[in-house]
Amino acid sequence: MRRYIDFYLSSMRISILSQIQYRVANYFYMIGMITEPVIYLVVWSTIAEQQGGAVGGYTAGTFAAYYIVWTLVRNMNIVFTPFGWEWRIREGNLSMELMRPMHPIHNDIAYFSGWKFVVILLWLPLAVFLTWVFKPTFDISWMEAVVFFIAIWGAYLIRTMLLALLGMITFWTTRVSAIFELYFGLELILSGRLVPMTLMPQWVQTLSNYLPFKWTFFFPIDTLVGSMSTQELWAGVGMQVFWIVIGASFLSLVWRAAIKQFSAVGG
Amino acid sequence: MSSVITISQLAKHYQVPEREGGLKAALTSLFNRKYKTVKAVDGITFTIEPGEVVGFLGPNGAGKTTTLKMLSGLLHPTSGEVSVMGYEPRKRTHDYLQQITLVMGNRNQLTWDLPALDSFDLQRAVYGIPMDQFKVTRDEFIELLDLKELVTKPVRNLSLGERMKMEIVAALLHRPKVLFLDEPTLGLDVTMQRRIRTFIAEYNRRYNATVLLTSHYMADVEALCKRVIVIHHGRILFDGDLSNLVNQFSSYKTLSLTLQNPEIDLSKYGEVVSKEDGRVTLRVPKAQTSQVTARLLSDLQVDDLTVEDAPVDDVIDQVFSQKEEA
Repeated sequence: MRRYIDFYLSSMRISILSQIQYRVANYFYMIGMITEPVIYLVVWSTIAEQQGGAVGGYTAGTFAAYYIVWTLVRNMNIVFTPFGWEWRIREGNLSMELMRPMHPIHNDIAYFSGWKFVVILLWLPLAVFLTWVFKPTFDISWMEAVVFFIAIWGAYLIRTMLLALLGMITFWTTRVSAIFELYFGLELILSGRLVPMTLMPQWVQTLSNYLPFKWTFFFPIDTLVGSMSTQELWAGVGMQVFWIVIGASFLSLVWRAAIKQFSAVGG
Repeated sequence: MSSVITISQLAKHYQVPEREGGLKAALTSLFNRKYKTVKAVDGITFTIEPGEVVGFLGPNGAGKTTTLKMLSGLLHPTSGEVSVMGYEPRKRTHDYLQQITLVMGNRNQLTWDLPALDSFDLQRAVYGIPMDQFKVTRDEFIELLDLKELVTKPVRNLSLGERMKMEIVAALLHRPKVLFLDEPTLGLDVTMQRRIRTFIAEYNRRYNATVLLTSHYMADVEALCKRVIVIHHGRILFDGDLSNLVNQFSSYKTLSLTLQNPEIDLSKYGEVVSKEDGRVTLRVPKAQTSQVTARLLSDLQVDDLTVEDAPVDDVIDQVFSQKEEA
């Protein structure tokens, strides 16, 4: 265990040092990333004003709060992608990682975790700017703040597991872009990235309860913006733990088959 | 003394889809796909003792890298048995991976934007190397490879050879007992090749490590390996001392002469290979070497004469061509 902690800290350190080298590029990347929520925010604020000040309980102020928190949660959702797995296999880098006495997923989790610290640091001025422009409405208790902090890392781990699972397909075939796009389309609708889940039709909301997506996006945002009870907050964290365990278990199972497949075809 | 590496009837076969070119063949293959079995490694057997440095030679596609990948656990054998230090490599156990390393010419384990020192520290964490041991080993390798001025520069600013030296350091920091080296000097200049060869020899001496090395540079093999295994089309053609390989497969010797009159026609003594700066090189059948030498000395005014075995490169070429013809 001590060794893994040491590894995680070392890998995060390397990641932070690397990302600092690219701080300007990272900043432009983040500025580009806020375009999407700003468009959603402007559209929904306009609709809210036209409908007498609110849509489904969301005022212009709560929409602003939703999409400002969105920018941070979106960054926490950035993980090693299935395209990365494809690249890793094609370029032969997976062979190098398999020579280490450690599963490659540890490096992915640790490296991207380190990146998050840089991202959060760069996000703060942007959040201040968006707050000044859009005047969000926040009413945050200390409990919500604690759960939010846990939930963004829970979201990060769920998405890491899900996308690693998706990446496993590349062990069998490399023509998988269409499958990835289908997945990302579903995720967009069922996670709360496009629109808060409570504004979706009831059947979509019901469906999303049985899938992992909303626990990676809507739930962390709702801990700060919504009005969940303490019990609901912790139940949400429980659901995140559930999906992390499910994701990790499936990944472990599929990994065994995938690695045999890799061994069979070379690389 | 028990062997470190034991391979018995090891084979790796691939099923490769095969079709003619053109649209018709492409459409036909949708319904009736044909496969060809490629025998990358076809039943090889050998053992390697602790501390041995063995050259694993063969042309491209002979099965060298496939064998190294099976030994390091990256590939599952189709059949046969492999044991390295008593471990079954394909299981890739933590203990096993902790004691071996695989260095490939294209390997990239360094972080591009940071000094290599940071990557070395990550390797320490990956292998759980105690800090004291890590510092001693790292500094020892930095000195041996003369890297002191380079380890603080970002990796992206290093030359290919400098990066390769860093890769080797990173791969050996955990002091592996068995080294699988696949073309470690590929693409490097002569000075850099020599440096890496010296380092491998020193590592072998200090830690009594067992080394299996593939290289297309015969200088690597001659400098490091007493024993060589020659593989071709997935089968072993020769396994023994490098000197025996030359004796067994070389049918000629090379005579180098400096004559007082270098313009004289020497074709009746043997095949003239080159004539440069007054020095002539002749290729003579091995059985006739002493007879031709005596004739040259009695017939001509010779200032200097040396008799040498054929270059190892030529011998290896000869081994492959003989087997192709057979």
